[in-house]
Amino acid sequence: MQENTTDIETKSKTDSEKKGDVVIEMQHLKKSFGNNHVLRDINLTISKGENLAILGQSGTGKSVLIKCIVGLIDIDDGKLLIFGQDISELKNKKLVEIQKKIGFLFQSGALYDSMTVRENLEFPLRKQSNSLSKEELDSLIKESLHDVGLDKAIDKTPSELSGGMRKRLGLARTLILKPEIMLYDEPTTGLDPITSKEISNLILEVQRKYHTTSIIITHDIECTKLTADRIIVIKSGICGAEGTFDELEKSADPWIRSFFE
Amino acid sequence: MENNISQQSKTENETPEIVIEESPRILTDSMFKKFFLEVASITTFTFRFFKEVVKPPYEFNEVMKQSFLIGYKSLPLVAITGFIIGLVLTIQSRPTLAKFGSESLLPAMVAVSLIREIGPVITALIFAGKVGSGIGAELASMNVTEQIDAMQVSDTNPFKYLVVTRVLSATLMLPILVILADGFGLLGSLVGVNIKGNVSSYLFFSQIFQSLEFNDLIPAIVKTFFFGYAIGLIGSYKGYNSNKGTEGVGEAANSAVVLSSLMVFIIDMIAVQITSLLQG
Ligand SMILES: Nc1ncnc2c1ncn2[C@@H]1O[C@H](COP(=O)(O)OP(=O)(O)OP(=O)(O)O)[C@@H](O)[C@H]1O
Ligand SMILES: [Mg+2]
Repeated sequence: MQENTTDIETKSKTDSEKKGDVVIEMQHLKKSFGNNHVLRDINLTISKGENLAILGQSGTGKSVLIKCIVGLIDIDDGKLLIFGQDISELKNKKLVEIQKKIGFLFQSGALYDSMTVRENLEFPLRKQSNSLSKEELDSLIKESLHDVGLDKAIDKTPSELSGGMRKRLGLARTLILKPEIMLYDEPTTGLDPITSKEISNLILEVQRKYHTTSIIITHDIECTKLTADRIIVIKSGICGAEGTFDELEKSADPWIRSFFE
Repeated sequence: MENNISQQSKTENETPEIVIEESPRILTDSMFKKFFLEVASITTFTFRFFKEVVKPPYEFNEVMKQSFLIGYKSLPLVAITGFIIGLVLTIQSRPTLAKFGSESLLPAMVAVSLIREIGPVITALIFAGKVGSGIGAELASMNVTEQIDAMQVSDTNPFKYLVVTRVLSATLMLPILVILADGFGLLGSLVGVNIKGNVSSYLFFSQIFQSLEFNDLIPAIVKTFFFGYAIGLIGSYKGYNSNKGTEGVGEAANSAVVLSSLMVFIIDMIAVQITSLLQG
């Protein structure tokens, strides 16, 4: 086990050197809720333009990990660097500047029930809406709805949408700000294989179009295969394994292989 | 790994023992602790409100929208209750006044008690039940479904957008609703006076305005701002800090009503003391 993790560290270092700028870096990141030690020691680097998939059993802290990145949860210990800046040392304004560059797709969608689809998409833009003309705003909204194939739903409310449509609306709402870092929390869970594939392709498309760096939490092996450049598996609060799809699929550890069946 | 597991099961075994040993004293201690923690957390919440309310950008549109919703939703209930209270109060007071042969004082007496005390308090209680619980439930469900988190990551301060706007709207709308309730109460009273007897509306209102003083009106209106503020703030506090579970929604709504109704009475008591000090 010990040897493995040091292996991983050196490997990821050479990887990031190869790929250039490190966008997110975690060193000995820890997070507990009372006695529940969710993240024990997470070390991770993600370079620009990379798609990283995170696998792991339910309740291992995958969502907590990406919530730490976006600042919804404060870390207890360790370092979290985004664009080379230590998040815990940043003042309010700078922190907001960095957080603006991060898009977050919630596992539950987190759509605003009291607003229509259009208003849901307008909301992230409201800080900029003064500088945007009505036509510009309208075309931005229409474009992002078109991207996710929801053109017809513009005046509906979230409660009138199906599960897949809600996922896509959540995606559109996140993408409308064109973030540099995208954090997807189970983007395809609960969708049929065809829609799942569409969403996976959408993630890839976004990455190519805007050169986003992405973290994708998923249980969907098809989605992982399609989108991930690199995969890590979280196990009891640490990175249990790391590698490409092919490497992990052939892993000697049957527990890791079981994710790929 | 194995070590870990055995440690865990040990701690799990220990917890029930602690529960059994928990004496009533420890229970009250933890209740006290909980109470003071709650007080501290409400206080921080209040300070945060004052800090954020003065900080631009201001959410004018949202305040207007919430005020409209709050006022519009409570208006029918407030009007009907006001009317009935005025009517009942008049009918009930008549025999007592009749005993002293001073039935002519009926409109004035009803007006004074309605405007000074019953109108504001009853309306505030209805407001707590309808608006306070509504705010609590709405914010709690937004909390459960991570909508508040979503606002935060899309660069909107959810405290400002959700809490400040609702507290301001509640503070502004309750006084208006109270004035309306008073108006409907007087109408009810007019009907009540005319059930047994014949008083023209001109006579009725001129009697009321003769007996009412400025000193009756101002403190009665001023305290309703505080009622509205307390109801909005407590509803928001309970919703914003609710448990992240479905049961948290009902709990937030319920405890918002209980606590804000209690606060209405406490504020009323303080207001009475202050007014009598100032006037005495
Ligand atoms: N705000 C919180 N307060 C207390 N505990 C929390 C909180 N958020 C998460 N947890 C705990 O952290 C652990 C990990 O939760 P998390 O949501 O990250 O799991 P996950 O890996 O995303 O699982 P899933 O695949 O089911 O989404 C759980 O045990 C959960 O109870
Ligand atoms: Mg999760």
